Amino acid sequence: MNLPKLFKTSTFRLSLIYLSVFGASVLLLLGFIYWSTARLTTSQTDETIAAEITGLSEQYRRSGLVGLADVVRERSRNQRQSLYLLTDGNRFVIAGNLNTWPEAETQPGGWLEFPYRRPIGGRVETHPARARHLIVPGEFQLLVGRDIHAQSEVIELIRTSLAWALALTLALGLAGGILMSRNLLRRVEVINRASREIMAGELDQRIPVRGANDELDQLAFNLNEMLDQIERLVTSLREVTDNIAHDLRSPLNRLRSRLEVTLMGEGSAEQFREVLEATIAEADDLLATFNALLDIAKAEAGQLEISLETIDLGPFIDDLAELYEPAAAEKGLGLSAAVHGRIGFAGDRQLLSQALANLIDNAIKYSETGGAVVIRADRSGDAVEISVTDSGPGIPENDRERVTQRFVRLEASRNSTGSGLGLSLVRAIAHLHDGELHLEDARPGVRASLRLPSRNPEE
Amino acid sequence: MRILVIEDDLEAAGYMRRGLSESGHVVDHAADGEEGYALAAEGGYDILVVDRMLPKMDGLSVVNRLRAEGIDEPILFLSALGDVDDRVKGLKAGGDDYLVKPYAFAELLARIEALVRRRNPEQVETRLSVADLEMDLLSRQVRRAGTDLTLQPREFRLLEYLMRHAGQTVTRTMLLENVWDYHFDPQTNVIDVHISRLRAKIDKDFDQQLLHTVRGAGYCLREPS
Repeated sequence: MNLPKLFKTSTFRLSLIYLSVFGASVLLLLGFIYWSTARLTTSQTDETIAAEITGLSEQYRRSGLVGLADVVRERSRNQRQSLYLLTDGNRFVIAGNLNTWPEAETQPGGWLEFPYRRPIGGRVETHPARARHLIVPGEFQLLVGRDIHAQSEVIELIRTSLAWALALTLALGLAGGILMSRNLLRRVEVINRASREIMAGELDQRIPVRGANDELDQLAFNLNEMLDQIERLVTSLREVTDNIAHDLRSPLNRLRSRLEVTLMGEGSAEQFREVLEATIAEADDLLATFNALLDIAKAEAGQLEISLETIDLGPFIDDLAELYEPAAAEKGLGLSAAVHGRIGFAGDRQLLSQALANLIDNAIKYSETGGAVVIRADRSGDAVEISVTDSGPGIPENDRERVTQRFVRLEASRNSTGSGLGLSLVRAIAHLHDGELHLEDARPGVRASLRLPSRNPEE
Repeated sequence: MRILVIEDDLEAAGYMRRGLSESGHVVDHAADGEEGYALAAEGGYDILVVDRMLPKMDGLSVVNRLRAEGIDEPILFLSALGDVDDRVKGLKAGGDDYLVKPYAFAELLARIEALVRRRNPEQVETRLSVADLEMDLLSRQVRRAGTDLTLQPREFRLLEYLMRHAGQTVTRTMLLENVWDYHFDPQTNVIDVHISRLRAKIDKDFDQQLLHTVRGAGYCLREPS
C-alpha cells in the first residue's frame, strides 16, 4: 500500500479531522497550564520583591539614605538571588550587586525585566532578572529585584515538555490514524480482491467475514447474501439452458426430420395435411414445455411477482375439484374434496390453482380405474396443508426427491404424456409462498402436500 | 370486418393478413408505431391488433394516445412478454384483450371475433336462443324444443358463454379464462370432458347437433345450416 493512496482514503481524512480537533483542544489545555504556571512564578517573585521593598523602606525611614545604602551594601553581600542597585540621579552607582543600571525599559508600575551578568565560581553567566524601579527622594534611584534564572528554567522546562507533549499527541494521533485506515483499507482491499475474483468468474467465491460483526462484517455479509441470490439466479438460468439443450433439441430434431422425410416422398395432399397437423401439435407441446421452463426458472429465481389475495380454501378447492371431476369420472376414478372448517389464507390464486391443478392432474394420470383421488385442506398449527392423495402405484422412496427436478420422469411413466415439469413448477410455486412440497407414501399411492405458512390475509 | 394490424415482424404480419383474409376479413398493416397510430386515428376499423414492442412508438404508447383521443375501437395486444404484470399493464393502457406469442392462429381469430362481438351487446338480455335451444337468464331455465334440461351451475355458465358467442369459435383457453377464471394451461383435456357432458345434455337426444368441435381450435355452438 503506498502513501498517496492512503491520503486519499476516507478513514485517513476522517482521522486527520479528528486529529486537528483533538490537537487544538490539547494545545488550549497545555497553553492554559503554561500560562497559569508562568503567572504563579511571576507573582511569587513579585511578592518577594515587595517584601524586600517593605524592609528597605522601613530602613530608609529609620536611618535615611545612608542607612539604606548600608543595608543595600550588606544585603548585596548575603542575598544570592536578590539584586539591588542604588544610584544617584545620574545613575552613578552608590551601592548594590549590579554593576550598571540595566538598559531595559521601565514598564508601568515600575517593573522591568533584563538580563544581567552574574559571576559564578570564576565564570560569568548571563541570567534573567525581574526588578522594581523606585525613586528615593533626592533623585536617587533604587532597583530591587530577583534573579529569575531558576523560575525561567522551570517555565522553559514546562514549555518544552508541553511542546513535546503536543508533538507527541499529534504524532500518535497521526500514526494511529494511518494505522487505523491501513487496517480498514486492508479489509476493504480483501473485499475488493474477493469481488474481483468473483467478477472474473469464480462465482462460488465469498467475501471473508471476520466474525467481529462490525460494519465491515455486515457489509461483507450483505454482499455475500447478494452473491448467493445472484448465484441462485445464474444456476437456475444455467439449468434452464441445459434443459433446453437436452430436452427441446430432441423433439425439435424429430419435428425437423418428419418434415424433411415428408418432403422427400411423393405424398398426397391428405398426407401432407396429416403431417402438418402433427407438426403443429408437436410445436404446441414444445411451446408448452418452453413456457413451463420459463415459469419454473422465474419462480425459482423469485422473479415471478406474486399478488397475494385472501383465499377461502373451501370454495378454492371446490372449484378445482369441480373442474377436474368430469376428467376423473371419465377414467373411472372418484374425486372428492374435504376442507375442514373455514380456512382463510393469503396466496396468489392463479399460481396456487396451477400448482394444485398439476397435482390433481398427476393424481388422475397415475391412478388406476376404480381408484380415488382425495383433495384435503387442513390447518396444522400456523401452516395450511393442502394435499392430493391418489391410489396409483406410488413413487419409490429413493425417487421422491428426484421427481421434483426438471424433466425427471420415472421409467414407469415413460409412455404416458407429460413433460416432466409439473412437480418442478409445483415446488417452485410452494417456495414462492415460503412453503414446501412434500411427497409421502399413502400406501397405496402418493400423498402430495403443499405446506404453506398461513400468513395473515390482512398483511 | 376491417382489421388494422400494427406489427413490425413483416413475416408474421404477412401470415396474419393471409389468415385473416381467408377468414373473410379486410386487413391493413402498419409496420411501426407512428404509422399505426396515424392509420388508427383515421378510424374506420372494427378492431386493432397491436404488438407491444414496435419501432418509433411502442404499443402501449400507441394505445394510450388513441384512447386519450377518444378512439374506442376494441384493441387486442400481442406480446412476447407473457408475465401477469405485463398483461395487466396492457389492459390498463386500454387494451381489451392480451394474447401472448406464440399463439395459435385459431386463438387469435376467435379472440378477434369475440372482441368485436362484445362491443355490440344486444341490450341487456334476459333470454338467449340458438335454434330451438333457449336459455332464460332470470329463471335460469334451459329448454330445447320445449323440453326442460337440467344443468349444473357451471354447465349453465359454460352454455351461456357458448350461446353469447354463438356462431363463433371459442378456444379451450377462452373457456377456461371466462367460465372458470383460470389463467393457466391445464395439461389434460379437462375442458373437453366438460363439453362432452354438456353435449350429452343438450344434443344427445336431438336430431340436430348444435355444439360442434372445431378441429385444432375449439368449439362452436351454431344453428344448423
